[in-house]
Amino acid sequence: MALVSVKDLHKSFGELEVLKGIDLEVEAGEVVSIIGRSGSGKSTLLRCLNQLERHDWGTIVLADQRLDGAAMSPGELSQNVGMVFQSFNLFPHKTVVENVMLAPLVVKQTPRGEARRIAESVLAKVGMSEKVDAYPAQLSGGQQQRVAIARALAMNPKVLLCDEVTSALDPELVGEVLRVLEELAREGMTLILVTHEMKFARDVSDRVVFMHQGRIHESGDPQTLFTQPRTPELSQFIASVL
Amino acid sequence: MTDFTLWDIVRNLLLAGRWTVVLSLIAFAGGALVGLVLTLARMGGLKPIRWLIRLYVDLFQGTPLLMQLFLAYFGAAVLGFDVSAWTAASVALTLFTSAFLCDIWRGCVEAVPSGQWQASRVLGLNYLQSMRHVILPQALRLAVPPTVGFSVQVIKGTALASVIGFVELTKAGTMLNNAAFAPFTIFALVALGYFILCYPLSRYARHLEKKLYGAGIR
Ligand SMILES: Nc1ncnc2c1ncn2[C@@H]1O[C@H](COP(=O)(O)OP(=O)(O)OP(=O)(O)O)[C@@H](O)[C@H]1O
Ligand SMILES: [Mg+2]
Repeated sequence: MALVSVKDLHKSFGELEVLKGIDLEVEAGEVVSIIGRSGSGKSTLLRCLNQLERHDWGTIVLADQRLDGAAMSPGELSQNVGMVFQSFNLFPHKTVVENVMLAPLVVKQTPRGEARRIAESVLAKVGMSEKVDAYPAQLSGGQQQRVAIARALAMNPKVLLCDEVTSALDPELVGEVLRVLEELAREGMTLILVTHEMKFARDVSDRVVFMHQGRIHESGDPQTLFTQPRTPELSQFIASVL
Repeated sequence: MTDFTLWDIVRNLLLAGRWTVVLSLIAFAGGALVGLVLTLARMGGLKPIRWLIRLYVDLFQGTPLLMQLFLAYFGAAVLGFDVSAWTAASVALTLFTSAFLCDIWRGCVEAVPSGQWQASRVLGLNYLQSMRHVILPQALRLAVPPTVGFSVQVIKGTALASVIGFVELTKAGTMLNNAAFAPFTIFALVALGYFILCYPLSRYARHLEKKLYGAGIR
């Protein structure tokens, strides 16, 4: 049984049908990269997976539990699905360690000492132990994004969603964030990432999914997909980004 | 006609100036309290509640404070309530202030980027938890400079209470002038009185604003 199982997912914004029936299964420990043109529905798919958007039709099952509709409270959801955004979205009025501790404290009601211990361990994992008491504004973009990853990990989610997490970064800062994700992948974290980093998608993913006009147009192991695209749309897309 | 020394004038203005300060404080404290309730109700409330609050804000922002004072004073009398100038001025200025603060504060809450809502939602915080831990602390920082800035408008607004016979700085100036016929001196002193009250506040508001932007909050 797959960890994440999406069936016939539909989502419209008004007249605009953005997801036109998505079927996707992700196994525990799998790293899946979603690629595709701007507007093809990649972010919308991720946002449906954590219910930031309500889908109109279809089901999402995570670890044998439906997470759509009112089936899961935001609190439960956050312990199943973590998310990292393109724009970091750290809380600017809180220090690094407070950012990471907030959800365990408020949502899980973890005792303060325990929450601090969890925060320090996830911050160590992303290489941010030196900066626990800094404010987000004092950090580089790459450092902020690593803190954002740690903040998501602190809730110990079963799957981590990443929406173009390196797109807002200066080129020289991309590597440090990708290395953290690579390390997570190696440790067996289930990752679903929307990315424009084709090299990363090819080297780190177990599977690449190409979205086109609200559908999964093609998917497969990265080697095959990148070297032998079956559809002209994917060929064109690969040609345009490489 | 009696002879007024400069000190007489100043002393009388200072005495009346107390009431300008007291009325400002009442209007500001009352307005902040009502404004806070309205802001929270407007953000969390049901559609009809939101609509009513918007109407309230629009009414008070879209009519002159002078008319609001007239209505509170003479209107209440017509309706059979015997209100003193004190009560009428306090009520009118409180409502006026609450409408403006409600609008300023709603703007501050909305100015917190939507990514902050999304991040706290994704971390599992519900509406109230997000408000309390993420949104309001940031909105509060944004709100301080315009709120302090608006307090200057409240102080100057109290001058209008003179028209319903409330003896504050402006009314005292008019009364003194009727007796002493020294309009330039007296009204210059009245203006100076307002300036002494308002200037530090606007300076402080500007300073806070600079600090806020300097801190890279936004
Ligand atoms: N909240 C919304 N309201 C209305 N339309 C939206 C909303 N969110 C997304 N859309 C539209 O849905 C379509 C798909 O958007 P989505 O963000 O999923 O694309 P994407 O594949 O992530 O693109 P990009 O690579 O540019 O991030 C776009 O046409 C977009 O304008
Ligand atoms: Mg997107």
